[in-house]
Amino acid sequence: MEKKLMKGNEALAEAAIRCGCKCFFGYPITPQTELSEYMAKRMNASGGVFLQAESEIAAINMVLGAASTGVRAMTSSSSPGISLKSEGISYIAGSDLPCVIINVQRGGPGLGGIQPSQADYWQATKGLGHGDFHVLVFAPSSVQEVVDMVSYAFDMADKYRMPAMLLSDGLLGQMMEPVVFPEQKSEAIEKPWAANGHKNERKHNIINSLYIEATDLENTVVERYKKYDEIKATLPDAETYMTDDAEYIITAYGATARVCKSAVNLARAEGIKAGLIRPKTLWPFPSEIIKNATENAKAILCVEMSTGQMVDDVKLAVECKKNVEFFGRTGGVIPTPAEVLAQIKKLGGIE
Amino acid sequence: MAVVFERPKSLADIRLHYCPGCTHGIIHRLVCEVIDEMGIEGDTVGVCPVGCSVFAYNYFNCDMIEAPHGRAPAVATGVKRAQPDKFVFTYQGDGDLAAIGTCETVHAATRGENIVVIFVNNTIYGMTGGQMAPTTLPGQVSTTTPFGRDPKLAGFPVRVCEMLSTLDGVALAQRVAVDSVPHIREAKKAIRKAFENQRDKKGFSIVEVLSTCPTNWGLSPVDAIKRLQDEMIPYYPLGVYADKEVKF
Ligand SMILES: Cc1ncc(C[n+]2csc(CCOP(=O)(O)OP(=O)(O)O)c2C)c(N)n1
Ligand code: SF4
Ligand SMILES: [Mg+2]
Repeated sequence: MEKKLMKGNEALAEAAIRCGCKCFFGYPITPQTELSEYMAKRMNASGGVFLQAESEIAAINMVLGAASTGVRAMTSSSSPGISLKSEGISYIAGSDLPCVIINVQRGGPGLGGIQPSQADYWQATKGLGHGDFHVLVFAPSSVQEVVDMVSYAFDMADKYRMPAMLLSDGLLGQMMEPVVFPEQKSEAIEKPWAANGHKNERKHNIINSLYIEATDLENTVVERYKKYDEIKATLPDAETYMTDDAEYIITAYGATARVCKSAVNLARAEGIKAGLIRPKTLWPFPSEIIKNATENAKAILCVEMSTGQMVDDVKLAVECKKNVEFFGRTGGVIPTPAEVLAQIKKLGGIE
Repeated sequence: MAVVFERPKSLADIRLHYCPGCTHGIIHRLVCEVIDEMGIEGDTVGVCPVGCSVFAYNYFNCDMIEAPHGRAPAVATGVKRAQPDKFVFTYQGDGDLAAIGTCETVHAATRGENIVVIFVNNTIYGMTGGQMAPTTLPGQVSTTTPFGRDPKLAGFPVRVCEMLSTLDGVALAQRVAVDSVPHIREAKKAIRKAFENQRDKKGFSIVEVLSTCPTNWGLSPVDAIKRLQDEMIPYYPLGVYADKEVKF
């Protein structure tokens, strides 16, 4: 199959179109803008819909509308824009609608900065809107993985009727790597629940998240959590790198994991037994994989481009039985392999 | 025996939750009569707001979507873009459409989004218990303007049809009322025209319906109708504010 050199954001857009994304609604924001621009160029020509919305709020609600009719719909933004989408995401989750949301993270809080960041981990995995709900959160760490995960995210969103997020960052969005696209795929799944006109052949479908009776709402939420349990049992995924004999194990996701892989290689070259666990799903969090892979490790180092948002999940994964330390840079600063290596040495008391 | 009056087929045969004397019910009926007459129930998707008409998804027999507060025009845009052959309408109150959802309303209108917006102006936030709406009249008492709306403090009401009529994408902007039989007939004609515009791909059509809220106005249904006639119509004159060919 043909390899193409592409920017992360553009590869993501192309992959979405190829896996049957019919509608894209977005609002410009750095560092995700190329994604919208690529969609603007390609989408209408490929029979789909590109529309620049008047705001991120409008964009996510357009997604709600399009997804309600049963088509694959997507929106993309960066951190401040995702905050604006959160009400809509909560409604989409509460209405059991599938969709894909891209967050090409930048530094925060507030207007923050436009450099790569991972400071939206909490938002993505624990608080993407009001109420009891989850979204699937996937964390690619190469342009190829961006491509593969978009398609997977659409499939899982459809399968479980829930929103899925790709938590990317400015680094992955902007860098160029060779990618191979999967074969063009059309919509696979029947959506008998869709509100697309009943043609006088069935009762009307209602897409709704309102349950005025407390017990009705409770029952609906409890049912949804059964689905979440199934997902937690089957979907968690992580890559392990040199963890078999590792004494010091790094946990890192996304672009940071690339830096940490280099740091592990540097450590190994110096005879330090280091390894890496890279969560590919952030919700559901791969707790079992981390617990098992760190069984024989002396200590764990969680590295993030934030002040430490995933580190608590790592501690829970190892049931606080291991020493879990944290190292991070934030505000858009990318840690270097040398910095991470220094932290590994500090962890091991190695001079 | 000839049937001279019956429930429209697209209006569900259940009890509506609206207060006695509330004119939301009349407006539902008019929309459903038009849907029936045009034979489009099976090809229509309605979007309801957050407001007293939030449960409208149970009342309209076509497929329905419940939108976040104010976002119905964006949701309807998503539906229409994904399914251009379907009829799509929103049904929104004044708080929903002209306060929290102003941005979505104006932009759907200026895009010439080929949808129908039914805008129920009752000069109050009905559902939340009678707070000031963007359409609350100067001097009108509400729970958040307990001494009457003072424009110096709370600004002026929004005249939605007048405002939207300046936009190139608006095919129809018409204000009607449901206070009398002639006005109700006029209202139905306007709603019919809005749906026909959509069928003919003419662009954005909004029908603003002056409506009553006896409960939160603190008036009997009869006095509420009188208030609509004496106070609302002078401030919100009925009529056609835009009826044009949108040149895309
Ligand atoms: C984001 C958000 N803010 C506020 C509310 C509370 N709320 C529900 S209905 C409503 C006002 C509705 O008034 P209007 O649109 O005029 O409709 P009416 O009830 O008068 O028909 C408000 C403020 C909400 N549901 N969501
Ligand atoms: S509160 Fe007002 S608008 Fe709402 S149903 Fe009652 S009368 Fe109608
Ligand atoms: Mg109102």
